[in-house]
Amino acid sequence: MSLFREVPLAAPVAVFKLTADFREDPAPNKVNLGVGAYRTDEGKPWVLPVVKKVEKMIAEDNSLNHEYLPILGLPEFRSSASKIALGEDSPAILEKRVGAVQCLGGTGALKIGAEFLRRWYNGNDNTKTPIYVSAPTWENHNAVFANAGFEDIRPYKYWDAQKRGLDLSGFLGDLESAPEYSIFVLHACAHNPTGTDPSHDEWKQIAEVMKRRSLFAFFDSAYQGFASGNLEKDAWAVRFFVSQGFEILCAQSFSKNFGLYNERVGNLTVVAKDEDNVNRVLSQMEKIVRITWSNPPSQGARLVAITLTTPELFNEWKDNVKTMADRVLLMRAELKARLLSLGTPGTWEHITQQIGMFSFTGLNPKQVEYLVKEKHIYLMASGRINMCGLTTKNIDYVAESIHEAVTRVQ
Amino acid sequence: NSFSSYINLSWWSEVQMGPPDPILGVTEAFRRDTNPKKMNLGVGAYRDDQGKPYVLNCVRKAEAQIAAKKMDKEYLPIGGLGDFTKACAQLALGPDNEVLKSGRSVTVQTISGTGSLRVGANFLARFHNAARDVYLPKPSWGNHTPIFRDAGMQLKAYAYYDPKTCGFDFNGALDDISKIPEKSVILLHACAHNPTGVDPRPEQWKEMASVIKKRNLLVFFDMAYQGFASGDIDRDAWAVRHFIEQGHNVVLSQSFAKNMGLYGERVGGFTVVCKDTEEAKRVESQLKILIRPMYSNPPMNGARIASTILATPELYKEWLVEVKSMADRIIKMREMLVSNLKKEGSTHNWQHVTDQIGMFCFTGLKPEQVECLINEYSVYMTKDGRISMAGVTSGNVAYLAHAIHAATK
Repeated sequence: MSLFREVPLAAPVAVFKLTADFREDPAPNKVNLGVGAYRTDEGKPWVLPVVKKVEKMIAEDNSLNHEYLPILGLPEFRSSASKIALGEDSPAILEKRVGAVQCLGGTGALKIGAEFLRRWYNGNDNTKTPIYVSAPTWENHNAVFANAGFEDIRPYKYWDAQKRGLDLSGFLGDLESAPEYSIFVLHACAHNPTGTDPSHDEWKQIAEVMKRRSLFAFFDSAYQGFASGNLEKDAWAVRFFVSQGFEILCAQSFSKNFGLYNERVGNLTVVAKDEDNVNRVLSQMEKIVRITWSNPPSQGARLVAITLTTPELFNEWKDNVKTMADRVLLMRAELKARLLSLGTPGTWEHITQQIGMFSFTGLNPKQVEYLVKEKHIYLMASGRINMCGLTTKNIDYVAESIHEAVTRVQ
Repeated sequence: NSFSSYINLSWWSEVQMGPPDPILGVTEAFRRDTNPKKMNLGVGAYRDDQGKPYVLNCVRKAEAQIAAKKMDKEYLPIGGLGDFTKACAQLALGPDNEVLKSGRSVTVQTISGTGSLRVGANFLARFHNAARDVYLPKPSWGNHTPIFRDAGMQLKAYAYYDPKTCGFDFNGALDDISKIPEKSVILLHACAHNPTGVDPRPEQWKEMASVIKKRNLLVFFDMAYQGFASGDIDRDAWAVRHFIEQGHNVVLSQSFAKNMGLYGERVGGFTVVCKDTEEAKRVESQLKILIRPMYSNPPMNGARIASTILATPELYKEWLVEVKSMADRIIKMREMLVSNLKKEGSTHNWQHVTDQIGMFCFTGLKPEQVECLINEYSVYMTKDGRISMAGVTSGNVAYLAHAIHAATK
C-alpha cells in the first residue's frame, strides 16, 4: 500500500494554468494578458540591454567562480539593493540601522520575513498574530504567510469595485479596528492586481493610523521603477514610513525591473531602531535561511550588484526601466482611447489612472469567460489584465473584444 | 508623549543574538590567523592542489554554449527546468531504470541539497501522516536536524559511527534499525557520509535494505556527493538503485554543488518514487503547492549548466573525467596523509583515513587535540575532529601530518 495513496491532486496555480491554456490554443489571434512578465511591442520577452552587457562582463571575468555566497547573500548586492529602496542618503542607512538578506526573488523575501515575524515579532509565537492582506492581493501572499505558520490571515478593504478605485475609508476603518500589533502587508507601488495605489496624502493617513495603533508595516516592493518609470517616485511610500520612524520589512523583487525573472533575485530590507537591533534580527534571519535554502544563488545578485554600483551601468539600467514603464503607459493610453472612441459602456478612466503592469478592468467573470473562450484573449478571472501583453498590433482586437464582452455579456 | 515612546521602543528588543554557525566560525577564525602555514579544513568545498576553488572545464564550456543561445529570462515552471529534472533523475537512477521508463516518479528542481531536504521534509510533514519520526544516522550533517524539526518532524537516531574503530557500527545500526517503529522515516546518506566519510559496504547495504523493508520504513536518501565519493557515478548511486530495485519507493535529495562545483548556483533535485504515474501526478501537484509560497520557482542559471552538461555527450564525458579527478585527488591526499603520519613516527592506526570516503574525514581527534591543532599549528577544523580533505594539498599535507602527530603522540 502506498504511503501516498491519500495525497490529493492539487488544483493548478491559476495564473500558470492560464498560460498553459494560452500555449495550447491554436487560434492565430490569441492574446495572453495573464502572467506578469514584461513583453516588447513584438510580444516578446525582453532581456535588458544592460543585463546582456553585464552578463558578458561576468562571463569574461576569469577571477569569478561558483563558490557559495554567505548565508545572507552577496554583501554588495544587499547594500546596493537596500539603497535603491530607501535612497542612497537615507538617514536610516547613515545611522546604520538598515540590514538586508538576499533572497530567492520577492517571494523568497516575503517568506523569510514571514518566518522571522512568526518567531520574533511580538513574543516568540506569532501564530495567532493577525496578518492583513489587501482585498484583493497577489494570490500567493496568503499561502506565504499561512505556510510560515500564521493562522489568522485577514483581508483589509482596498479595492472599491463600484468606483473602480481605492476604498480609503474602508482601508482606514480596518486599520482602526485591527487588533494592536497586527501586521499589514502593503504594496509599495503598482498594487497587484488592481494597479491602484494610495496617493501621498492617503499614505500619510494610513501611516498615521498605523503608528497610533502600533501596526506593523511589511512592504512588498516588486515594481520599483517599473510603475512610474522613476525609482524615487515608486519608493515614496516606503521612504515616507521610514522617515516617520517606523521599523519596517520591505521585500524587494528584481524580477520585473531587471527582467531577471528566472534568476530569482530578491532582497529583504530590514529597517530597525538601531544597529544592535538590526544585527540581532539578521542573525535570526540567518538561521531561518540556513534551514530553507542555506545560501542564495549568485548569478543574478552579482549582476544586479555590478549594475547598481557602476554609475554608467546604473544610468543605463534606469533608462531600460523607463523604456518598459513608458511602453506600459502608452498601452494604457491607447487602450482607453479606443474604448472611449468605441463608446464602450462604463467609465474607463481607471485604465490610465492605475499604474504598473496590471489593470483591474472591472470585467466580471462571465465577461472574462467570453473573452477567453470566444476571443482567445487570456486574462485572470478577476478581470486583471497584464498591460504588457498589449501591443500596437493587438490593441485594436483587444479593445473591440472588450467592447463586445461588455455589450453582449452581463 | 506617545511619539517619543514609540520611537524609542524597538519591535526587536527581545530578539536574541543567534549563535554563530559552528562551521563558518572556523572560517572566520582562520581568516583572522596570520600564521603563513595556516590551513582551513573546515568548510566542505573542493579545492585544487594549489588550494584554490576549481571551476570545472565542462562548466565553462556549458556556460559558453548557453551564452551563445541568447535565451530569455522567463520564469521557470514551479517544478523547475524540465530538461534538468529529467537528467537529474536519470543520473541518480540510471537511464534504463524501470522507474523512469514507467514514469512513476516525480523530480522537482530545488535550491541545491538544502532546498531539496526542506521541500522533502515539508512534504513528509504534510502528507506522511503515518509517522512523525525521522531517524538520522549518528552523527549526521548538522543541518539535517533543524531542517526536519522546523518542518514539523521529530528527530531520532540510529547507531552509525563507531568511534572505537572510526568505522561503521554495522551491528549497532542493524540493531537500532530493527527496532524503529513501522512507517517511520529513515534517512540514509547515499555515499560519502557527512561528517564521518564512513559508508556501508555493498553487502552491508543489502542487509540494511532487507531490515528496512521488514520494518516498513520510508527511505529518505540524501545524495550530495554522487561521483565525488569514489569517482564513479554509478558506484556512488549503487545504494539508491539497489533499494529501489528491492521495492523501496524512496524519496531522494540530490545536490550538484560538489560534483559539478556549482555551489553558489544552488542546483539540486528532489525525487519521489511512487506507486504509479497517477500517484506521481498527485505528488507533483502537491510539491508545487509547497514550493510556490517558499520561492515561487527555482533559479535558472545552474540548472541550465547542469542539464547542458548531462545532455551533451562530449561535455558529459568530460564531466565524468573531471569528477573522477577531483575524487582521485582527495583519495591521494588521504594516502599521503597516512604515509606522512607514518613518516612522522606515529604509532596510531590511521587506516580509517584511507578507508573513509568523500570530502570529509573523521580523524578521531579528541576536542583537546583539535584545540592544539588550531591554537598551536593554525590547522582549523570543526570540534568533532572532522577535516575537509579538500583543504589538503601536496604542499601542506606534510605539515598537517606533523601537526596531527604532535597533538596525538
